[in-house]
Amino acid sequence: MTDLLTLAGVHTHVGRYHILQGVDFAVPEGQTTMLLGRNGAGKTSTLRTVIGLWQASAGQISLDGQRIENSATPDIARLGVGYVPESMAVFSDLSVKENLVLAARDGPLDDTRLEWIFSFFPALRRFWLSRAGSLSGGQKQMLSIARAIVEPRKLLLIDEPTKGLAPAIVVALIECLAEIKRHGATILLVEQNFHAARELGDKVLVMDNGKIVHRGEMAALAADVALQERLLGLSLEAHQ
Amino acid sequence: MTDLAAIAALPKPKRDFLPVLLPVILALAMLPLIGSGSSWVTLTVASFAMGMMIFIMASGLTLVFGLMDVLNFGHGAFISVGAYVATLVLLPLASWVQADSLLTNLAVLAPAAFLAMAVSGALGLVVERVLILPVYGQHLKQILMTTGGLIVAEQALYALWGPQIIPLPLPTSLRGSFIIGDIAIAKYRLLAMLVGLVVFCGIQLVLNRTKIGLLIRAGVENREMVEALGYRIRRLFLGVFMVGSGLAGLGGVMWALYREQVHASMGNDLTVLVFIVVIIGGLGSIGGCFIGALLVAMVANYGGFLVPKLALVSNILLMVAILMWRPRGLYAVTSR
Repeated sequence: MTDLLTLAGVHTHVGRYHILQGVDFAVPEGQTTMLLGRNGAGKTSTLRTVIGLWQASAGQISLDGQRIENSATPDIARLGVGYVPESMAVFSDLSVKENLVLAARDGPLDDTRLEWIFSFFPALRRFWLSRAGSLSGGQKQMLSIARAIVEPRKLLLIDEPTKGLAPAIVVALIECLAEIKRHGATILLVEQNFHAARELGDKVLVMDNGKIVHRGEMAALAADVALQERLLGLSLEAHQ
Repeated sequence: MTDLAAIAALPKPKRDFLPVLLPVILALAMLPLIGSGSSWVTLTVASFAMGMMIFIMASGLTLVFGLMDVLNFGHGAFISVGAYVATLVLLPLASWVQADSLLTNLAVLAPAAFLAMAVSGALGLVVERVLILPVYGQHLKQILMTTGGLIVAEQALYALWGPQIIPLPLPTSLRGSFIIGDIAIAKYRLLAMLVGLVVFCGIQLVLNRTKIGLLIRAGVENREMVEALGYRIRRLFLGVFMVGSGLAGLGGVMWALYREQVHASMGNDLTVLVFIVVIIGGLGSIGGCFIGALLVAMVANYGGFLVPKLALVSNILLMVAILMWRPRGLYAVTSR
């Protein structure tokens, strides 16, 4: 299994704050790597640094063997990185269709792929011409994820997709992400919901204070209650 | 995936027609106060024409404001430069301007307007690269830099053309009015309305029917996400800035012909008015800018007729009233 994304000694400063303090990890191709940690640990900052929204102040980031730590965000995106931010960031003034048309930068929308997306996000077909701003929170999240997969991407960076959603929607969203994963996507997924993490993760990284403090198999962490409590402050069972 | 598949009907999007109705309500409310029907029509047409000219000048600024978050206090420089550049064509070809043929008049007016737009747009390119690029994201420095740029541009115009006001007579066929009963409608005002509507429809067409338009609308809302989708928004910024500057140049030509004179401080004089329109309309909103320009012109014309002393502060009062009603302007696009 080759590593698609690698970070080596990555530091990120935002203003006078030293957010990432030497982050090292690798994301294997075709797998889902969970990035866990308490609030403020640096998970979102890690994704923003990878996509180039924040510039790494030191260290190396490689995507498919190509160095990207000094690249601009559009160039990184064009190397095949899809990004789903924590805020969803759908363009609320644009319709569902227009959001996806923009995301399909290589040409017109591919009907086959669109049908595949509609198969697990049927609401997007129904509200195709509706303003994205009028969608519910769950539907906006669907659109945000659909935007990232409307064309094949090498790597998906997904930031807390279940945040703020109703439990029933979360379960359904996990199924959708599992379907995307089955399609062979490589995903780096930030998640606070441990149930989602256990269902989706192959590998796991745990962050604290801007550093990776644990790396391993997701199944091993899921089975080790003491380790969960030490790393995350609570166990998966406690979260059910 | 039951819950995601269960699709509740979306709430019907509320169509916000109230701002669109405002100019209509205002015009109808003024009819009994003005008394004379012919005066009312004349003032209303004058308002519409003036509003269209202000819209042309302000449309670029609202996109620049909304998309780039740039406070360009130097926007007025493009207005002045556009007007001065037009004189380079209109004054040497004065015989064409004074000819009785509409075609001959337009044959000199059109190149003058295109040249004004081209030079103002090119100046926009220079201003963006030299003055604005180093101060993106820093509002205070933007104000200082662009205000400085406006002063430099104004002084450069004085140096090149001299301090005197340059008379710019209207082409012969655009002088006078169409008389319908008691009502006189100035020909040039009709042309100004036509040009304004063409610009408005053109911008709406680009924004709503092209991918570049989608990118501009998306960029006004969330620049970061547009970049994360793989688009180099800086290039888009530059393009919008140049088009906005070019439109300001066109507005400058229209305004100069309306006033029949050109002077170096005309852009500076119009800057406050243009900013009021942009703020009233909602930063980044072309539709809001259009309605805002109409309202400003109506208040100026009706106010000037009914309570002349109020004319000096009418625009500020209008802005205060609109912002008390809708603090982010008539049509809020950005969260800024």
